[in-house]
Amino acid sequence: MDVELVNIYKTFGRVHANDGISLKVKSGTIQGILGENGAGKSTLMKILSGFIQADSGDILLDGSKVVIQSPADSVKLGIGMLHQDPQDFPPMKVIDNLIIGSPVGLFPNRKKIIKQFEELQKQFNFAISPDTYVDTLTVGERQQLEILRLLWLGAEVLILDEPTTGISASQKALLFETIRKLAAQGKAILFVSHKLDEIETLCSQVAVFRQGKNVGSMVPPYSTEHLVEMMFGKTIARSEKTCDTQDQINFEIDKLKIDDRRLVIKDVSFQIRRGEVIGLAGMEGSGQAMILRALAGIIRPTGGHIYMMDGKPDGRVDLAGKHYFQFRNLGISFLPAARLEEGLVQGLSLAEHFALAEKQEGFLIDREEVEKLSQQRISDFNIRGTPESRIEELSGGNQQRAELALMRNPLRLLLLEHPTRGLDIESSMYIWTKLKQRCAEGASILFISSDLDEVVHYSDRILVFFGGRVSPAFDASLVTIDQLGQLIGGKGWS
Amino acid sequence: MDSNLLASFGSVFAWAGPVVFAVMGETLTEKAGVINLSLNGSIILSAMVGFAAATTTGSFFWGFVGGAAASALVAFIIAFMSIGLKQSQVAVGYVLTLATKSLAYFLGAPFIGKPVMQLPLVSIPFLDNLPYVGPVLFNKTLLTYLSYLLIIVCYIYMFKTSKGLILQGIGEQPAASFVRGANVNRLRYLYTILGGALVGVGGALYSLSVKTWNGQLTGIDGIGWIALAITIFGGWHPIRGAIGAYFFVFLQWLGIALQPLLPNVNSRIFQVAPFPLMILALLFVNIGNADWVDRTLAGLPEDARKIISRLIRGMRTRGPAALGTPFENE
Amino acid sequence: MVSNRTEKAGGFGNILRTLLTNRFSSITIAVLLALIITWLVVLVMDAPPLRVFSIMVNGSVGSLDAATQTLQAWVPLVLATCGLMFTFTAGLWNIGMEGQIEMGAICAYGVIHYMTGTPTPGYVAITLASLAGMAGGAIWAYMVGLLKNYGGVNEIFGGLGFNFIADAFLLYLVYGPWKPEGVAQGSTKMIDAQYWLPQLPGSYLSLWSLGLAIVGILVVTFVLKGTYFGLKLKAVGKNPKASFMMGIPTSRYMLLSFVLCGLFGGLAGSFQVTGFLHVLRNSISGGYGYLALMVGMLANYQPLIGVPISLIFTALNKGATGLVIDLQLDTNFSGVIQGLLVLCVLLMDGVRRRLTKTFRGVQHG
Repeated sequence: MDVELVNIYKTFGRVHANDGISLKVKSGTIQGILGENGAGKSTLMKILSGFIQADSGDILLDGSKVVIQSPADSVKLGIGMLHQDPQDFPPMKVIDNLIIGSPVGLFPNRKKIIKQFEELQKQFNFAISPDTYVDTLTVGERQQLEILRLLWLGAEVLILDEPTTGISASQKALLFETIRKLAAQGKAILFVSHKLDEIETLCSQVAVFRQGKNVGSMVPPYSTEHLVEMMFGKTIARSEKTCDTQDQINFEIDKLKIDDRRLVIKDVSFQIRRGEVIGLAGMEGSGQAMILRALAGIIRPTGGHIYMMDGKPDGRVDLAGKHYFQFRNLGISFLPAARLEEGLVQGLSLAEHFALAEKQEGFLIDREEVEKLSQQRISDFNIRGTPESRIEELSGGNQQRAELALMRNPLRLLLLEHPTRGLDIESSMYIWTKLKQRCAEGASILFISSDLDEVVHYSDRILVFFGGRVSPAFDASLVTIDQLGQLIGGKGWS
Repeated sequence: MDSNLLASFGSVFAWAGPVVFAVMGETLTEKAGVINLSLNGSIILSAMVGFAAATTTGSFFWGFVGGAAASALVAFIIAFMSIGLKQSQVAVGYVLTLATKSLAYFLGAPFIGKPVMQLPLVSIPFLDNLPYVGPVLFNKTLLTYLSYLLIIVCYIYMFKTSKGLILQGIGEQPAASFVRGANVNRLRYLYTILGGALVGVGGALYSLSVKTWNGQLTGIDGIGWIALAITIFGGWHPIRGAIGAYFFVFLQWLGIALQPLLPNVNSRIFQVAPFPLMILALLFVNIGNADWVDRTLAGLPEDARKIISRLIRGMRTRGPAALGTPFENE
Repeated sequence: MVSNRTEKAGGFGNILRTLLTNRFSSITIAVLLALIITWLVVLVMDAPPLRVFSIMVNGSVGSLDAATQTLQAWVPLVLATCGLMFTFTAGLWNIGMEGQIEMGAICAYGVIHYMTGTPTPGYVAITLASLAGMAGGAIWAYMVGLLKNYGGVNEIFGGLGFNFIADAFLLYLVYGPWKPEGVAQGSTKMIDAQYWLPQLPGSYLSLWSLGLAIVGILVVTFVLKGTYFGLKLKAVGKNPKASFMMGIPTSRYMLLSFVLCGLFGGLAGSFQVTGFLHVLRNSISGGYGYLALMVGMLANYQPLIGVPISLIFTALNKGATGLVIDLQLDTNFSGVIQGLLVLCVLLMDGVRRRLTKTFRGVQHG
């Protein structure tokens, strides 16, 4: 089935997630869709699969216009989507997962369905037992199950959203083989990814999205440089390195190991110097968030050491395994990206936040003192609001500034997740000015950002993450955008 | 076993009827992701309405319809307030618990002393002659038989039909169910109201077969809370839930049966004792979910850890993942 | 697009929207709605609504005697409400309040039971009884907290479980070791008059318990509004995850809120013994624990608003007792009104929030 998307617009609040995107995919082809986080890939795919509706624009199947109001509609039209987070039912059996929501009558004939399922999975060399529970399957197997389910329902168009996240190399090979087979059967495949090599080996053509627009397409032979340039844009301003990086070592990370159900990170070793900014680059879920949380004491590493230098020659303390509150008291601060979930308390005022964040003396709240402190912080950090404003009444940028204003003094290490995500340029610059001040006072900063511009612009050194692996630290003034882009996309790792 | 004791033991299955209806109703509702906390009130309201409707019309049928309608209405209010208006299910359910109980006693006062209507016993031919089993299970009211049937129907519906799988799905992963074409909120309304109606049948069954309405219906206060606890204890599974319901009523019966042996202890203590026992049983099924257990276990030697964690895992029940949380499609 | 439509809806639509979205008018509508439904319920019972109203007013505040009785009954309710403010603030449903009051009564009676006949002066015994009551309530609440924190048992069920246990324990005591001579009647014998809280002549009202209730209100208000403890508790209740990130030991604060709540419940229970009933008997907690949860909800978890609301609730309870004699209506009428009030307030609050949400959406778009 041929798919055509014409002039799709979709906004979330002030963000233009899809800004007039058009795309045409012929039956029997594998269409790659490449772009950074937030480029609009997932939004477009969710629109095609009926999960959300476009503000305007048309969807054409085999040349005729269709209306897709809900996932049920898209399934009926033969469109199936494999979501990035598996949309299945972990505590239930494989066979039940297959049946849920499919038109099989009130009493499904399990024997017959199992037979169909087994035949189908033989075609693709999958080996999932229909009687096991989904929560015992690997991510890759859950994906296979979902693909089988979509095919079983008669999907002619398959959307795969970042399907290689969290699956093993052999499963990936099997997946690619499957995708090729399906294309050969005449299905239209939309393969969404940020991984360059995957796109290059698999896709018969690729469209690159940036900031909600389809900025260009390419057919083989692919030029990696050109793809990277389309993905990230050409011009990246180099930073004026405001603070002098000191030579003094602040922290030393030694063979850190973190186990997560989806990802294992091991043998991470690097040093953090006083006053330096280290940017952690990589696509979301590559391991940088786990490292940041381990350094904050929120998740416990399963091996290795986090040494904090205590000023004396050879004097150092190992913080690994200590409680989060001890990390906090040593001047290690963590600013989560989910501001309203983890960082700030909805329903409390700014003044109440400041009162909570300060070291408290005594039992009673000194209202005057808190008021004074709040006023001062509000003007120091240029927050648009009053001490009585509730946190949820502030705009995103002001919330972010409030989070920064809550940081205690003195700080040794500041760990930030997406410090400027969703903010306008002015706010971002303001926040970085404040952060650089902290560096000048001797604090070290580690931050995650999916905005490569920001990483290159503000970091002294850069670590790139890919699938749980960590690159050596690059000097930010020497590294090229192309180099970073390739590493982020999984190329050039030995 | 002598025949008197046997007949008396058989009453467990009759008394358990209302509890079984309530547990099945609540299990259906919670499977869909909604907590109907009002059980302890709505069951009393339905007992009153059921009795009033039956004595007024002279028909058991209308008694049960009235009882079912009363609790279904209460359930609808919970669904509307929590799904439609995003109010806390716990808050609304709690208020309704107290309000419906008061309403039942207030509106039911004129029906005190009205002629008692007692569902007739119906023996099932052949089966009632079976030794032991016959008198215990098969000389009961129609509704008691219906309660046996309900357990089986609920089990088959939930686990063997495609609609039952969707029911599990919307309580477990509403977003994934939506992706597969389910209208999550409409189904949640449906199962909340249906579950409420079943609770209502249980309430009517109480006043029409177990104890009659006399203003302050003895023995029913607290049953709603127990039904909620049994739903958890039963791991949201109809058969385990039914076992829990029978076990609870068995404990109550045991209290009465044992009393002659311990004449010094007041009978009311025996009546009360099963309630805390059932609630504390929740500790056993929940303790595996506490994180300190994992931490403590991690420190034990490998063998001991395996045995203990298997034990805890075996007891543990896990609720529908989206229980009590509203669903909104982006 | 949407905004155009609402503008076209014209005058009436706008007025209705304003009425429904304004906090004050929305609550007024809720109260009116509750009264209308109550009126319908009264009509169903074939009773004259105005008579019902006048009986209730007379029975609760119509005479000095009625008013002192209402005030007397207000004490345990407001104390329980005060205690619940701690757990509500921490985001917890302490449904175990009923059992905590009972344990308070049991412990208070126990102290006096064992002091009867000793030369201990009355005021010392009363003080010890109050302290024992508070301790009993606090321990009972602490158990619920432990079950929640370490057993994974939701506080609603843990609380109910301990309510049932307190019930059973109380029954055991009044029918067992503390049974008075003669036939067991679900009550102990009366405590000696020297262990009674001093009462106003000719009434059940004790200025001591009334005074302590007022002190309780002030203490709770002060602790929640003026101390770091109260602020942290509020943060924990609103967002435990972020609170932990800010360095607040969340589970310790939750446990502490249970204990503080139990202290108040226990005190209320001890006053039931020393200040009002002067016996320990079946259901001595009088449903105040369950009712206090409703007061707390209606007061939007603000202690000072809880004061008038608990007073109205007790007045309703007192007033309804007159209905039995004059109109042969059940006293549970008060429960119907109370429930309808809370339900309608929740309803209108939901409507208001829903309307303001869509309204905001239009402004942004």
